[in-house]
Amino acid sequence: MQLMAQNGVERYCTFYLDGGYYGIDVACVQEVLRHHVMTRIPLAPDHISGLINLRGQIVTAIDLRTGLGLERRPSGLDAMNVVIRHEGDVASLLVDEIDDVITVGRESYESPPTSLTGKTRELIRAVHKLEANLLLVFDVEKVFECARIERQRGNERATNEVHTTQ
Amino acid sequence: MDDLVREFLIESRESLDQLDLTLIELEKQSHDVETLASIFRTVHTIKGTAGFFGFTMLEELTHVGETLLGKLRDEGAEPTPEMISALLELGDALRAILETIENTGAEGAADYGDLAATLERLHAGEDAPEGSPDDSAEPENETVQEGVSLGSDAEPGADSANAPEDEGSSASNATSVTETASKTAEKTQASVAETTVRVDVSLLDSLMNQVGELVLARNQILQYTATASDPDFITTTQRLNLITSELQEGVMKTRMQPIGSVWSKFPRVVRDLSRTLQKDVSIEMEGEDTELDRTIIEAIKDPLTHIIRNAVDHGLERPADRLSAGKPSTGHLRLCAFHEGGQVNIVISDDGAGIDPEKVKAKAVERHVISEQQASRMSDREALGLIFAPGFSTASAVTNISGRGVGMDVVKTNIEKIGGSVDVQSSRGVGTTLRVKIPLTLAIIPALVVECGGESFAIPQVCLLELVRLEGEAASRAIETIHDIPVHRLRGKLLPLVWLGEQLKIAKRTPPSETGVLCMAVLQAENRQFGLIVDDIRDNQEIVVKPLGNILQGLSCFAGATIMGDGRVALIIDALGIAMKSGIVTETGEADAAEILKSADEERERSISSTYLLFELGESKRMATPLTSLSRIEEFEHSAIEYVGSRRVVQYRGSIMELLSLADFLGVDGAEPDPDLPLQVLAYTDGERFLGFLVGSILDIVEAPTELDSSDCANGITGVAIMQGKVTQVVDLQSLFETAARRTQEPVTCS
Repeated sequence: MQLMAQNGVERYCTFYLDGGYYGIDVACVQEVLRHHVMTRIPLAPDHISGLINLRGQIVTAIDLRTGLGLERRPSGLDAMNVVIRHEGDVASLLVDEIDDVITVGRESYESPPTSLTGKTRELIRAVHKLEANLLLVFDVEKVFECARIERQRGNERATNEVHTTQ
Repeated sequence: MDDLVREFLIESRESLDQLDLTLIELEKQSHDVETLASIFRTVHTIKGTAGFFGFTMLEELTHVGETLLGKLRDEGAEPTPEMISALLELGDALRAILETIENTGAEGAADYGDLAATLERLHAGEDAPEGSPDDSAEPENETVQEGVSLGSDAEPGADSANAPEDEGSSASNATSVTETASKTAEKTQASVAETTVRVDVSLLDSLMNQVGELVLARNQILQYTATASDPDFITTTQRLNLITSELQEGVMKTRMQPIGSVWSKFPRVVRDLSRTLQKDVSIEMEGEDTELDRTIIEAIKDPLTHIIRNAVDHGLERPADRLSAGKPSTGHLRLCAFHEGGQVNIVISDDGAGIDPEKVKAKAVERHVISEQQASRMSDREALGLIFAPGFSTASAVTNISGRGVGMDVVKTNIEKIGGSVDVQSSRGVGTTLRVKIPLTLAIIPALVVECGGESFAIPQVCLLELVRLEGEAASRAIETIHDIPVHRLRGKLLPLVWLGEQLKIAKRTPPSETGVLCMAVLQAENRQFGLIVDDIRDNQEIVVKPLGNILQGLSCFAGATIMGDGRVALIIDALGIAMKSGIVTETGEADAAEILKSADEERERSISSTYLLFELGESKRMATPLTSLSRIEEFEHSAIEYVGSRRVVQYRGSIMELLSLADFLGVDGAEPDPDLPLQVLAYTDGERFLGFLVGSILDIVEAPTELDSSDCANGITGVAIMQGKVTQVVDLQSLFETAARRTQEPVTCS
């Protein structure tokens, strides 16, 4: 929105998720990759799909379908990677299909409807009314924030253990 | 910020570090023209550039300092300790201003009037301050005027004549001398600057990543070569192979820094401290150019500073005490660094009073680190180890220098955190030596790769104690339970067990009776040991540690990730994280006094009992040797033996190892080795060469007391003990090795 305030236009990298049309600020997109071999991360929440090796750098893959509470990606449909960068953090967003880079103006902008709930409300920062469909724009900062895992504590067995050893 | 200003900040900071060193040098050899000239040059350069950028405060301060230095240099006046202190303070003030400039872009409002006044006063040659510091503000302004005009002058030696005090013709001789001296010095400096380039560390890191990827791509190409027949293709890949390896080595080297970059701060630390404590301390450094990864350099800075402060504060005595003890009044502190066996050794030794084990024990009892009974049983060596215990400090008085209770234990933890170790030796009245061993780099660590639930995981060797693999009957009997808590008896002690797959929720616990195999890695976390059960143990590897990134910081079970040979990502297990998750270790804050006592007890128990390798020489000749003294146990076929003259040798790890029959060597009867069975060899090394001792058969590994009945010790036998219900002689391989080395006039050399 900062950008829009200046000249009224913004460029988005767009993609599909479970039939829906989504976009993310093109300035934070580092690259787009085909399906990549992934190492799953035990104990990580569902929306963290795993780790990929991006030319020697280890990048966390975030599944936006799970993040938005959509249906799981059907097996056989390989996810594409949209590698994004924000304040030194790098992550890869798993999407169904890449579309294009499009330029939208101020006239199509609308803030998301207040009836949106849950994670979607946090992650989506704008709606653009395009001719064919609606473009939902992700808030990059929120995507990183929501993905972050809170520090885990020792589990409940810790207390039992103390009793048995004493 | 302007690039030029940034450059100025970096350069000035570097030369200020150098300034500290040279000032202390100056204090030692007051009449060294060269040293004075170099200090003068440093201050002058900062002044000139500050004037150029319009940093008036910086310029004023440097100008006052320069005037004082000019006087010292040209009049040959002896610098007093007060002058040196004032000049050091000047360095600190300049640093502070530079920092403000870096943060805010402006000089800030800090007032250095007092310092300027002191410098002025010293310059004028007065002993006590005259008038209030504010009075000096006016004459200062005058000198600033001159300073600006001087600042544009490129040749520092020349403008000394312009300094107000040097106008007399008597000074001109001295000026010309220093001029030539500073000119030659400047020439050598310039040539160094021409051959170095400043590079951003993140650029080096990304180069490192890319080279890592190149190595993977190379490996894949090499696999094709195995099936290829085109000779051109084969030679090209061979070249690619060589170049890649060299490139990798080269990039690794760029991340290395000499340890001297940390040490350069120490002479100043020692000087300031010894002045405060009214002690006389000289510091000697050796091996400053020993290179280390920059991350390690960062990590050892604080622990080393703490050790040095401790040595000056507690280790070295006051001059009077030293003289009465028959030692020179100046205490001596020695720092020495060198590479050894893939590690960096740092030795810090002082010739102070040494550590009194009795005092340490008394203090430890007072601080409830150990009980009185424990203290009475402790050997001197064990007592010295107590200085690393948490909540322990030997200083009777709490000074602001050291002795706040958070001392050596923090040093030890910090060093251990990076995979290093620290060890103390001390003899009363002679001095104390601390030996720090650290790995060359943090980025590459040795690790064990294990498999669990179809995934590969890496376990750092630092926390790995041993591997246990049981098969068949032994595997199904291995696990017992105490109220559902699984344990394993490892050499008579209960070891709690943790299933990796279960903890990570990737696999169910499968009883070993089903699989027939039990693979266990014995890990250590916070002084607790536990057995981590995995599906399979793969290999030892050097792995490149990569951070997990901000998103995954919260996953306490993993310490990072690495890229395996096939390009896949593998997670690195954090032993402490797993131990906490499974309840083996509770959160650190909960560790109470009883807990500390217990771990101290265990520590002590571990040190009074040792692990021995039990073997047989011939019929019923049972012998043992401490496991720690042994480098490896090897098996050789009879056909592997070759002869050099009458000596039996084998090829071993790229060199030649001589084999000696232990029975012959000890002069006892031993059975001839069975020609159908492989030879059992205990390999011993002193770090340079190997020697193999032939024994009959290896029996077991047992725990037995370290203290032996030494009434029956003779060449190479240190004593006897009862092991597994039988009297067993304990041999000392080290002394045997030394005897053997003396016997063979021409040693078997390593290639």
